[in-house]
Amino acid sequence: MALATTTRAGREGRRRRRDDTRLALAFILPATIGLVMFYFWPLLRGIYLSFTSWDLLSPVEFIGGDNYVRMVSDPVFWNAVRVTIQYVVINIGVQTVVALLLAVLMQRLSQSTLMRGLVLTPYLVSNVVAALVFLWILDFQLGIGNQLLEWIGLDRIGFFTTEAWAIPTIALVNVWRHMGYTALLIFAGLQTIPPTMYEAGRIDGASETRMFFGITLPLLRPILGLVLIVSVIGSFQVFDTVAVTTSGGPVDASRVLQVYIYDKAFAQFDFGYASALSVALLIILMVVTFLQYRITRAGQTDLS
Amino acid sequence: MNRTHSRRRGLAPRVARTSAALAAAALVAAGCSGPAEGDGGGTAIDYWLWDANQLPAYQRCAEAFEEQNPDLQVRISQYGWDDYWSKLTAGFVAGAGPDVFTDHLTRYPEFAQRDLLVDLSTLEATADTDPGGFQAGLTDLWTGQDDGLYGMPKDFDTIALFYDRNLVEEAGLSPEDLDGLDWNPEDGGSFEEVIAHLSVDEAGVRGDEEGFDAGNVAVYGMASNGSGGTDGQTQWSWLAASTGWNYTNADVWGTEYHFDDPRVQDSLAWLFGLVDKGFMAPFEEVGTAPNPQQALGSGRAALSANGSWMLGTYANLEGIDLGIASLPSGPVGHPVSMYNGLGDSISAQSPDPEEAARWVAFLGSDDCQRLVGEAGVVFPARPAGTEAAIEAFADRGLDVSPFTDLVDNGYTVFFPVTDNYGEISALVTPIMDEIYIGSRDVGTLTEVNEQVNSILGGG
Repeated sequence: MALATTTRAGREGRRRRRDDTRLALAFILPATIGLVMFYFWPLLRGIYLSFTSWDLLSPVEFIGGDNYVRMVSDPVFWNAVRVTIQYVVINIGVQTVVALLLAVLMQRLSQSTLMRGLVLTPYLVSNVVAALVFLWILDFQLGIGNQLLEWIGLDRIGFFTTEAWAIPTIALVNVWRHMGYTALLIFAGLQTIPPTMYEAGRIDGASETRMFFGITLPLLRPILGLVLIVSVIGSFQVFDTVAVTTSGGPVDASRVLQVYIYDKAFAQFDFGYASALSVALLIILMVVTFLQYRITRAGQTDLS
Repeated sequence: MNRTHSRRRGLAPRVARTSAALAAAALVAAGCSGPAEGDGGGTAIDYWLWDANQLPAYQRCAEAFEEQNPDLQVRISQYGWDDYWSKLTAGFVAGAGPDVFTDHLTRYPEFAQRDLLVDLSTLEATADTDPGGFQAGLTDLWTGQDDGLYGMPKDFDTIALFYDRNLVEEAGLSPEDLDGLDWNPEDGGSFEEVIAHLSVDEAGVRGDEEGFDAGNVAVYGMASNGSGGTDGQTQWSWLAASTGWNYTNADVWGTEYHFDDPRVQDSLAWLFGLVDKGFMAPFEEVGTAPNPQQALGSGRAALSANGSWMLGTYANLEGIDLGIASLPSGPVGHPVSMYNGLGDSISAQSPDPEEAARWVAFLGSDDCQRLVGEAGVVFPARPAGTEAAIEAFADRGLDVSPFTDLVDNGYTVFFPVTDNYGEISALVTPIMDEIYIGSRDVGTLTEVNEQVNSILGGG
């Protein structure tokens, strides 16, 4: 429609170049309102609140850096950092390897769309549902997982109820849910590698393994780097699976940062301190992302 | 939803509006209708509660109330326990909360401290509330540090032992054998003997017989209800209290906790020591969401200490013949139970506090509490209501005297009503879990007690 008006306006339009800034702004506006209202404003307000003591129901009181001083000497906070990192390492480590394997299999072995679709199905299940299902499967007493263990002659394991198992179990549940999605992202990256590379490799007599390490992996680096950055950020923010299965327990074994923040804010109404914890998480994420970006050189490609 | 009083002091109007909008969105998302003006004209009173089992009874109360007060309408909303408190908090922030709501002793001190509740003695309809009209002591629980009344007692609860008669008779015991047991933290008394006898390992050997395998237990003598956190209401409060111990230095509004007392430490050591003996499930098996009624219903455990509010749930268990026994008597010479009760509070944000007070007065009247009692779910706070409940339970074949005798005899301790309960609970709960797991010695509670007291004192 806009096009029709331009042609009819003809020469005059060309002389006084039609300014479509307003139209562009109008299109951007809805998204901007959302972004400002639900991202920037809460972000700024959160940073501001981290310097206050606010319990939601009484007036905001500015207390300077007290929350941060308290945080540095808070053993539960440091435990939360440790537990979160433990989670991220297991979650991302296993997930990336499995997803890469899946993606390469999808690329090199099976072209079936059905298979590709099936790999993605766990991702269609909501986090809470996935967590609930595994909570039942791995229940100490009634879970089919533990019955199987007993059946093959092993001891039952308190997957969600022992301190040693809680984080690895939760990390692996989330691997199960996310690996298909990550595999799909990596798969998309694989599609950008020209098939001629593999042809050349085959002519030179390279094995599949050799081609994987010599061609696939180096050329996939930028994509893999971005996938890692995105999934690590998501991984640091783990909350729902923990909330559903262990709510931070046993003791503090799975009290990851987000769960601790939630407890402080919504169970104890200590919004000031919870905001300070959130800012700490933001800083951790910024540092980790920056390092990842530099190390993986995700901005550059070797494909040229 | 956007009532004018939504703008609370200290909040920028913009935030207030945003939160109100968010709260409204959340309510809509949750599938509940936001307050609309009453259909028949007159003033509408929003009333919230969390227990779905009690909803029908309160619906009947509301109908009776509306009949007597044609100018008022009561709109009842029920939300599950977890959602209830977040919705209530959001409601307070947005100024869109209920006029009247069911309140809990762990929560009301913090609300009262922030001036979010109306002192019932300042409102006409509830000004002359007579403490003598309720079961002894209940109004004390709802009296704030400034002597204001912040909740109208609605019901009370105590603890007793649930068991399956069939299982007990199989063990060669009779229900009478479970009455009049004694307990002490050193050797567990005759109570521990019964628990041992009721425990059975996979090979069929009983806990008090030679060769009992504590690592392979089929039936635990005692059902686990978790570590109990700060109050151990159904888990250890009755053990510790029967040694003469009390949570704090006062019945209500204590200023010092007593976790450094050897009596509570020994009681905890005895209870969680049952795990090693094979008489109670380890933490590993129950986790952070224990389900003692399921353990009893499936024959996994023989005795389950639980609160009177669970009567209906236990009575509905299939395949068992439910019996109720009194708690064992402790070193003080008789059983002692925690005595806890719910109340109805009026929000300071209510636009019609006087009308709300009329509803609260009715909720605290014999008329309403008898209706609630007849439903046979909880014990209402007024003696007439309690009587109605006892009858209703008797009609279902349940003798609930083990619960009510405790109150009649005054063998109770109050739920610890103190400031900063949320923060104290966040500190103590993981520690109690550690004690249950077995990775922490009860003696360390002495240091923990200092931390608790500094939270209590420091605010």
